[in-house]
Amino acid sequence: MTNHWNDLKNSDCILIMGSNPAENHPISFKWVVKAQRAGAKVIHVDPRFTRTSARSDMHTALRSGTDIAVLGGMINYILNEKRYFKEYMVNYTNASFIVGEDFGFKDGLFTGFDPTTRSYDKSKWAFEMDSKGNPKQDKTLAHPRCVFQIMKEHYKRYTLDKVSSMSGVSVEDLKQLYTLYSATGTAKKAGTIMYAMGWTQHSVGVQNIRAMAMIQLLLGNMGVAGGGVNALRGECNVQGSTDYALLYHILPGYLKTPLAGQDTFEQYNKAFTPVSNDPKSANWWSNYPKYSASLIKAMYENDDPKDAYNYLPRLDSHKASEYSWLPLIDRMADGKFTGALIWGMNPACSGADSEKTRKALGELDWMVNVNLFTCETSDFWKGPGMDPKSIKTETFYLPCASAIEKEGSVSNSGRWMQWRYKAQEPQDGVLTDGHYFHELWEELVHLYNEEGGAYPEPITHLTFNNMCEEDESGKHHFSAQQTARLCNGWFTRDVEVKGKKFKKGQQVPSFAYLQDDGSTTSGNWLYCNSYTDEGNKSERHDSTQTEEQARIGLYPNWTWCWPVNRRIIYNRASCDQKGNPWNPEKAVIKWNGEKWIGDVPDGGWAPGARHPFIMLKHGMGQLFGPGRADGPLPEYYEPLECPVDTHAFSKQLHNPTAVHFEDEEKAVADERYPFVASTYRVTEHWQTGSMTRWMSWLVEAEPQMFVEISPQLAKLRGFENGEKVVVESVRGSLWAIAIVTDRIQPYKIAGKDVHMVGMPWHYGWVAPKDGGDSANLVTPNVGDPNTGIPEYKAFMVNVRKWKEGDA
Amino acid sequence: MVKGKAFFVDLTLCTACRGCQVACKQWKDLPAEHTRNVGSHQNPQDLSSKTIRLVRFNEVKEDDKLKWLFFPEQCRHCIEPPCKYIGNMYAKDAVKQDPVTGAVVMTDNTRKLNRLESWELCPYNVPRRDEETGIWNKCDMCINRITKGMLPACVKSCPTGTMNFGDRDEMLALAKKRLAEVQKTNPDAYLADPEHVRVIYLCESAPENYHKTLVASAEQHTTILAAAPKVKNVTRRGMMKNLLGKNEQA
Repeated sequence: MTNHWNDLKNSDCILIMGSNPAENHPISFKWVVKAQRAGAKVIHVDPRFTRTSARSDMHTALRSGTDIAVLGGMINYILNEKRYFKEYMVNYTNASFIVGEDFGFKDGLFTGFDPTTRSYDKSKWAFEMDSKGNPKQDKTLAHPRCVFQIMKEHYKRYTLDKVSSMSGVSVEDLKQLYTLYSATGTAKKAGTIMYAMGWTQHSVGVQNIRAMAMIQLLLGNMGVAGGGVNALRGECNVQGSTDYALLYHILPGYLKTPLAGQDTFEQYNKAFTPVSNDPKSANWWSNYPKYSASLIKAMYENDDPKDAYNYLPRLDSHKASEYSWLPLIDRMADGKFTGALIWGMNPACSGADSEKTRKALGELDWMVNVNLFTCETSDFWKGPGMDPKSIKTETFYLPCASAIEKEGSVSNSGRWMQWRYKAQEPQDGVLTDGHYFHELWEELVHLYNEEGGAYPEPITHLTFNNMCEEDESGKHHFSAQQTARLCNGWFTRDVEVKGKKFKKGQQVPSFAYLQDDGSTTSGNWLYCNSYTDEGNKSERHDSTQTEEQARIGLYPNWTWCWPVNRRIIYNRASCDQKGNPWNPEKAVIKWNGEKWIGDVPDGGWAPGARHPFIMLKHGMGQLFGPGRADGPLPEYYEPLECPVDTHAFSKQLHNPTAVHFEDEEKAVADERYPFVASTYRVTEHWQTGSMTRWMSWLVEAEPQMFVEISPQLAKLRGFENGEKVVVESVRGSLWAIAIVTDRIQPYKIAGKDVHMVGMPWHYGWVAPKDGGDSANLVTPNVGDPNTGIPEYKAFMVNVRKWKEGDA
Repeated sequence: MVKGKAFFVDLTLCTACRGCQVACKQWKDLPAEHTRNVGSHQNPQDLSSKTIRLVRFNEVKEDDKLKWLFFPEQCRHCIEPPCKYIGNMYAKDAVKQDPVTGAVVMTDNTRKLNRLESWELCPYNVPRRDEETGIWNKCDMCINRITKGMLPACVKSCPTGTMNFGDRDEMLALAKKRLAEVQKTNPDAYLADPEHVRVIYLCESAPENYHKTLVASAEQHTTILAAAPKVKNVTRRGMMKNLLGKNEQA
């Protein structure tokens, strides 16, 4: 979230699209209903009528996977009807930038596409530069190649009729949606978006969010209270897991994984440190070498960062099609891995195409699953359709301490780092993840020392004991407090920075003091300032605030928030260029003539001295975003499995850069699989259910796998409500109980009725008995080209009556 | 003015997250029932001695607009509780009413109430008898929490402000204030039996759309009355008065 949970109450219009917060983020609704009671409109755009829709002022159903049509239509509406917040758009976004002559767009493809590699040459989308090396601008927005005009041209195809014909949303509902939401395009109104997996889990996931970010920039909703682009992170620490680089392409703090060919630290830093010649652009990432050096120093405190850089593994590219989850499982299925540590996850249920995933586990020589309970992954070898005798994989299951059996921090959706205390001891012999990792490292060091081996230094030089406490016997034990100290970072020698003297061992006060010469450690620069000489700020529970802060529900002394306790990021954009808040009633920051008051500003420079979007090279919000794999502007494509073989916007049916495997069949306008399917969650279960399926009160409330279908489809197939039915796709099938409900209705797509069915993915064969199996048995191995996230939300299935002998 | 405690349940804010349903079972240490999905998200299907609080789900169409109504049902803690008057006629001290809070509490003595159906005891058809022990069970207002200054478990778990608990006059005032707020956009909104109960529901759809016994029906009263035994120390007039909850001075 650019903003945070409490801030939702400040909104005048809450658009909920690609999420179901009443069910999946129930606490968020505390703030949604506060906004609603204060007069805000709550709009839910979702394929189904859910518990969220029940509380919304407006619900309209779109066919799953058609969000860019609806959002593109909104952009078109905002531009045509001049609903944009012009002063904001001209001064704070790249609307006025001139795009180079190489850029073009024709029939669904941008210039620079190479069909053999299914990727783009992004240099074709570059801005035209002036003599100083800055993008040329036309503040009148009249230049035919300025971003504003290019956007206008691009989205003029997104007419109400075309959008309606693809999405199934009526023209009337589209008009109502666009009118209500674009009413926030004024200084005193704020609109916010609450999205989650309903947007990310598509082959156009990133572009769904890009489209909304553009709308927020056009309407002047970024940086303001009650605005922002808000990704709802459901897992208590999923924000933390991305901040700390759970994914293949990043290191902690969103630094980049080194690539082959970046042989020296200097080359690596040069490749990822942007340069701006505009004195008004803060270009914050120009500090990249300080953050990368401090990270390396946090891992290898006794080495020079230049040397220790070489201990980091390299990738051949940052391509999702090479390294993300789907290609990883594909390689595992081809027998290209010998072993796997599968830690705190249950891919036998959570990965796309469970059957392929489960088979892939059987290609390993060994597998360790660390989890709270045994699950479909730890026990895959005795699952349905498996012959334990023929499976070679030696499997180990390690029980692990749960969240309440250890202390540590979680970073919530609003970027608040919050400390949690240990409530009880784990069972005998059960340790925390941190302890297991540390013991594993100690054993590896021991084995290298005993037996030698190729290139031991990346392991043996690790200063892992910096994350530990030493007991009386001299043995080191993992410590969450020590780890948090290291994540913030300390000075490795006496040094003077910005006129301030620091002693060796002192905590670094904030990332502004991090250095590129090895004199500072920081496990994650974004968290530098969380654990200073004042102590662990995530433990703070102090609700004092100023009058300005009270007005917008901002609690600066309650835990701690990255970056540098800034609660609403890009907040310089909440003021005009003189430092006056657009909406004085709900000011985030305000210039009092000498300094900013309110929230921690995005840099202390005087108003107008710097552009507001300090993390971007040019400092301007990117309406035109030339960095994504699939184009600088979101464009409509059908999901890789879809009910049509043409669509209204171009001849390019699918995202040409999507991650997929050519040899795997997909159902496109295939009469064997005529129904759109989507997967989702319910309040009562959690992820694959590997925790909640053992909790009897939750199983009581949602006991079995179900599929929600419309009364019309039930009639077509002769189903009774509550009947056991079969859902099948190109890849597999499973049984589910049919919930026949008016909350799902067929869509009118290109003049024809298209049916949709929906399933939760919380079930698995291990427990409870008769609970059913994973919905991922039917989901496809296709994904977004930027992130690799699978398209769990839109694919094609058939449903039919269950008969004896069916799975 | 009626003293004691009350709940104000604002159904216009309920998201049916069922935090209250689970929190209730957790605090009261009640076991899960073996359920099946029968084509609805509501589960269990009805109240029982093991499920004394149940979120009911109902889909209705009003003016061609779909509404999904959620009704977290529990004992209403009637100000003049028929279950107490009727139950105690059959078994001494079967049902008690806490003089301070007004909480209506069923005791182990209810095991002797073996010839009654729930609707004969309760105009809302709420209490349920355990088949094995014979003891009747229903919400007791979390009396062991509230007498120690804690909120009832259901209220504590509610994220949206649907569940509120406090002194009855304050809850009634809150209910009326919120009703006025809701009526600005929905003039048909109403409070269910606010003068007679300690669990005041604010509703936005007709009672039968939530559940057949959201409000106590006159018919229900008549049935209960007919089933009531002719006991000497209770006059027919007194019974009627008590059952219909007209005696506000008690």
